[in-house]
Amino acid sequence: MKPFITHTGLVLPFDRVNVDTDQMVPKQFLKALTREGFGRILFYDWRYLAGEKPNPEFILNFPEYKGASILLTRANFGCGSSREHAPWALQQYGFKAIIAPSFADIFFNNCFKNGLLPIVLTELEVDHLFNEATAHAPMKLTVDLPAQSVTAGSRSFHFDIDATRKTNLVNGWDEIGLTLRHADEIKAYQEERKKTEPWIFQ
Amino acid sequence: MTAKTLYEKIWDNHVVYEQPGKPSLLYIDRHLIHEGTSPQAFSGLRAEGRKVRRPDLTFAVMDHSVPTKDRTLPIIDQDAKAQFDALEKNCKESGVRLFDMNSKNQGIVHIIGPELGITQPGQTIVCGDSHTSTHGAFGTLAFGIGTSEVEHVLATQCLVQGESKTLRILVHGKRPRGVTAKDIILAIIGKIGIGGGTGHVAEYGGQAIRELSMDGRMTVCNMTIEGGARAGMVAPDETTFAYLEGRPFVPRGKEFQEAVERWELLTTDDGAKFDMTVELQAENIAPQVTWGTNPGMVTGVTDRVPDPGSFQNPDDQKATERALHYMGLKAGTPIVDIPVDRVFIGSCTNSRLDDLRAAAHLVAGKHVAKNIKQALIVPGSRGIKAAAEKEGLDKIFSEAGFEWRDAGCSMCIGMNADVLPPHERSASTSNRNFEGRQGRDSRTHLVSPVMAAAAAIAGHFVDVREFDVTHVE
Repeated sequence: MKPFITHTGLVLPFDRVNVDTDQMVPKQFLKALTREGFGRILFYDWRYLAGEKPNPEFILNFPEYKGASILLTRANFGCGSSREHAPWALQQYGFKAIIAPSFADIFFNNCFKNGLLPIVLTELEVDHLFNEATAHAPMKLTVDLPAQSVTAGSRSFHFDIDATRKTNLVNGWDEIGLTLRHADEIKAYQEERKKTEPWIFQ
Repeated sequence: MTAKTLYEKIWDNHVVYEQPGKPSLLYIDRHLIHEGTSPQAFSGLRAEGRKVRRPDLTFAVMDHSVPTKDRTLPIIDQDAKAQFDALEKNCKESGVRLFDMNSKNQGIVHIIGPELGITQPGQTIVCGDSHTSTHGAFGTLAFGIGTSEVEHVLATQCLVQGESKTLRILVHGKRPRGVTAKDIILAIIGKIGIGGGTGHVAEYGGQAIRELSMDGRMTVCNMTIEGGARAGMVAPDETTFAYLEGRPFVPRGKEFQEAVERWELLTTDDGAKFDMTVELQAENIAPQVTWGTNPGMVTGVTDRVPDPGSFQNPDDQKATERALHYMGLKAGTPIVDIPVDRVFIGSCTNSRLDDLRAAAHLVAGKHVAKNIKQALIVPGSRGIKAAAEKEGLDKIFSEAGFEWRDAGCSMCIGMNADVLPPHERSASTSNRNFEGRQGRDSRTHLVSPVMAAAAAIAGHFVDVREFDVTHVE
């Protein structure tokens, strides 16, 4: 996984609550066998009209947001299906961080596995950023993971993040590799468990 | 000793390694995989030269993209075929047991786990599918994961997890006639909202939950994720043990008795604390119908499509306006005046034998209305299909004008040929009414199996309590 340390980029203010992962990657793209090629189809049904003509009314197609790398959005982003194709698509489109008042649990986890940083700010802070990003489009933001801050102009917001997730992301560590360091503990656990609940392992 | 919730008990029993203030390493007892979210995980393993650690605890099935018509014919969809081939190859190479589309045990992953007794109380179960919450009906900690976590579990049989908050959902009283497990869970989601349970694991209780069959409890736990909670559970009891006894993967004889003795301890202790509690009265729940584009946009069948202005929160107003536009509905329309084009009875939410029996009882001797273009019955598994055929349910459905299909996810997700066409409206027993879920620009209304059956007969939504519903589980 690529490390995430700091990033400065253009903000795309996507003013919608409860955006589900079916919208990010519709079902017809779930038959892929690789993790590649999802950037083009991100938000497919909203982004394209018939014949893959870009829908001029959809914000991703607005010229002022071309090259956006920070997605600003509303509560419960990423609800619904567990498809990791959704964070793959967001990342391959060019997003490095997503800011929202809340995220759905599975989506939130999936982002971290791919070096895409989901940032939770309060409703008020998100409102403020929406106002700024709409009034002064295109607006740039700086996300500093080690400092746990989001900075827009003269204002800076602090965000919380689980310390382990932060360390893994800053270092770009492979979580499977980290877990395999505990191979002895896993083995010992299995042996113990076999004594009390042998049927689990039959 | 501190009083513990069921969730905390299962959690404690699965911690392999922990350090204060850090996520724990949690052991996974059952890993279920399917063709949709596993190929990239196997590729990842291969790229790193890693192996599947416990193929014996991993179970694979083809469900998402399988055709529900004649499976002796070649697969036309080449992308789907490539998924099936990849799963077959991956399972063969790693020694994982696979129920392929021609197996007599094939079915939707969350249907066959319980049906074969792979799912047992007290386990941790994960699958690359959000509806893994279904298995919580047995008092297991079961939740959906992404493909990277699938890879992690394949390689280590563990997951790195932080503890969730706990949510108690109590449904008191007796479920009225015609009101099903589906209506209970839709009413709960309507009350807490689709993000209401985020960050929590839910445990259901109360008379109305206790009195549900295992099929009904699975319906409730299945849709827990639609309320934002990743996992939902019901403490195991006599109903659970009776369901499990004799199933292929369940221990037998003396060992079954030993297992039951252990499973009986899987209850929330008196005095254990939950972070949040939600309570409903079953008598107040009417048959539910969704009118919008998420499962929380739901109301009773006797109600009307709401006015965006009736919501206080501006976000809800905007979302409602958008939803009504997408659904082609006018505020104030009585739900029972909404006509239906297609009916789908199936999915991991509602395709079990209880569901099919109730729907068949309702349609017996009647016929699907003329305006209905298609009415599909897709049993959740081949086992359910065979059992239903033994009871003659297939004949009842066929004579009433329904199509009787083979098992799979089908029109719930539309990854096979069973797609809802643009602007058409379904009465569907599935779990998601998101934009485009059943097909681009299609319009989904989520209902119970008997409500779907009644809509098929009437040609529009109708209060199922007007029919003979003495048979409804």
